[in-house]
Amino acid sequence: MIKISVDMEKCQNYGQCVFEAPTVFRLNAEDKLEYEATADDAERANLEAAVDVCPMQAITLVD
Amino acid sequence: MTVTGGVVIVGGAMAALRTAEALRRHSVTLPVTIIGSESYLPYNRPPLSKEALRSRTLEHADLAFPLRDSVAHVQFVTGREVRSSDLESGIVTDSEGDDYSFEFLVAATGLRPRRSELAANLAGVHVLHSLDDALALRPRLGPGARLVISGSGFVALELAATARGLGCQVTVVARGDKPLGLLGPELSAALVDRHASEGVRFVLGHTIAAVHGEEAVEKIEISSGEVVSCDVYVEAIGSIPNTEWLEGNDLDLSDGVLTDSHLRAVRESGQPWPNVYAVGDVARFPHWLAEGLPRRVGHWSNPTDSAKHVATEIAHALDTGVTTADFEPIPSFWSDQYDFHLFSLGLPELHDTAITVQGACDGGECVVEYHRDGRLVGVAGVGLRSVVQGYREQFIRGKVAI
Repeated sequence: MIKISVDMEKCQNYGQCVFEAPTVFRLNAEDKLEYEATADDAERANLEAAVDVCPMQAITLVD
Repeated sequence: MTVTGGVVIVGGAMAALRTAEALRRHSVTLPVTIIGSESYLPYNRPPLSKEALRSRTLEHADLAFPLRDSVAHVQFVTGREVRSSDLESGIVTDSEGDDYSFEFLVAATGLRPRRSELAANLAGVHVLHSLDDALALRPRLGPGARLVISGSGFVALELAATARGLGCQVTVVARGDKPLGLLGPELSAALVDRHASEGVRFVLGHTIAAVHGEEAVEKIEISSGEVVSCDVYVEAIGSIPNTEWLEGNDLDLSDGVLTDSHLRAVRESGQPWPNVYAVGDVARFPHWLAEGLPRRVGHWSNPTDSAKHVATEIAHALDTGVTTADFEPIPSFWSDQYDFHLFSLGLPELHDTAITVQGACDGGECVVEYHRDGRLVGVAGVGLRSVVQGYREQFIRGKVAI
């Protein structure tokens, strides 16, 4: 299980992470980021990709 | 000989780091060496025109990309510029005269700011590309500072917005009459209006004729004949690909490193080198959105996308079972200026027709589609990010159709 943490002070809702890990991240009707707090290990590659593309480098993963 | 064998990545920015990470993800265990001319490990550049100027304390540690365990064995060589290369022999040579032999070479040297020859050695004359550029510029921006910006691209306009927020007087001088015209006339006009309402002064259709000052810049002469007092002058007039180190190798370096659709550097004959690749801003590759014409792509997503692709190519060349395909990215970028939050997919710069399909480009939220020969090539939105993101499926389908 991977724990996902987004620094919402940094997050600017660019939504790049949504492309990489759509099962974990989404933009809501107000274009604000929402995300699952945990994900299965099978999502690791997608989650690391989401961490990479975040323009604000706001996403961290904890095993 | 400093390093022998393995993958040598020339250039020390994001594309280089992402290449190294992706190689490890594909279980490529060759030694990896990253040689960068800056004195810093890879860091995040978008904040340089914004947070790095607004903050008085932001430093490299705040922007550095976290280094994953997977790159623990990557050798980072900082503060060294690769000056020459011999691709036949598989060797590059750095500014200290040290050689690095390679099995695979990745060109990730990016761009440098284009400079005019007007302002040699005057204090107060700046560019904005690297962290050091931002750190040098930031103490000069403050209430009442008279800033003149030459250029009207993303760097110029983001800087203008940040500088207004810091209380500078800002004049933007640009040759074209439509700043960020790649976004079409309506969005361009809306952006100019937004800046003007914040107090930015535009002198469009003109260039900088002369920069005057004794030791520091004092006055800027515009081609219109107007002379403006100036404390800080920033040139944001485009970029030049860093490819000089690859000269003499039978490559097409006319605008970056020309590659094939697998990002392999190609000889003048059109034959690709089997072990030399280009990633990031410096790569000019056949773009599916441009009907296969080669383009460089300077958008945010490209260093990461191209790095991941090249890692699959190297893994494939090593017979690890990884398969490859043509590199067919869907570019995306954003820009923040005041509360104007722009987000784009595709390549709007290719458009012959821009159509506002939602809202109105009058400062409020809107979505603009970009078409070329009747084909969708890009989309941009002010706000309405979910709507713009929804176009990704269309682009993916478009790829399949082509």
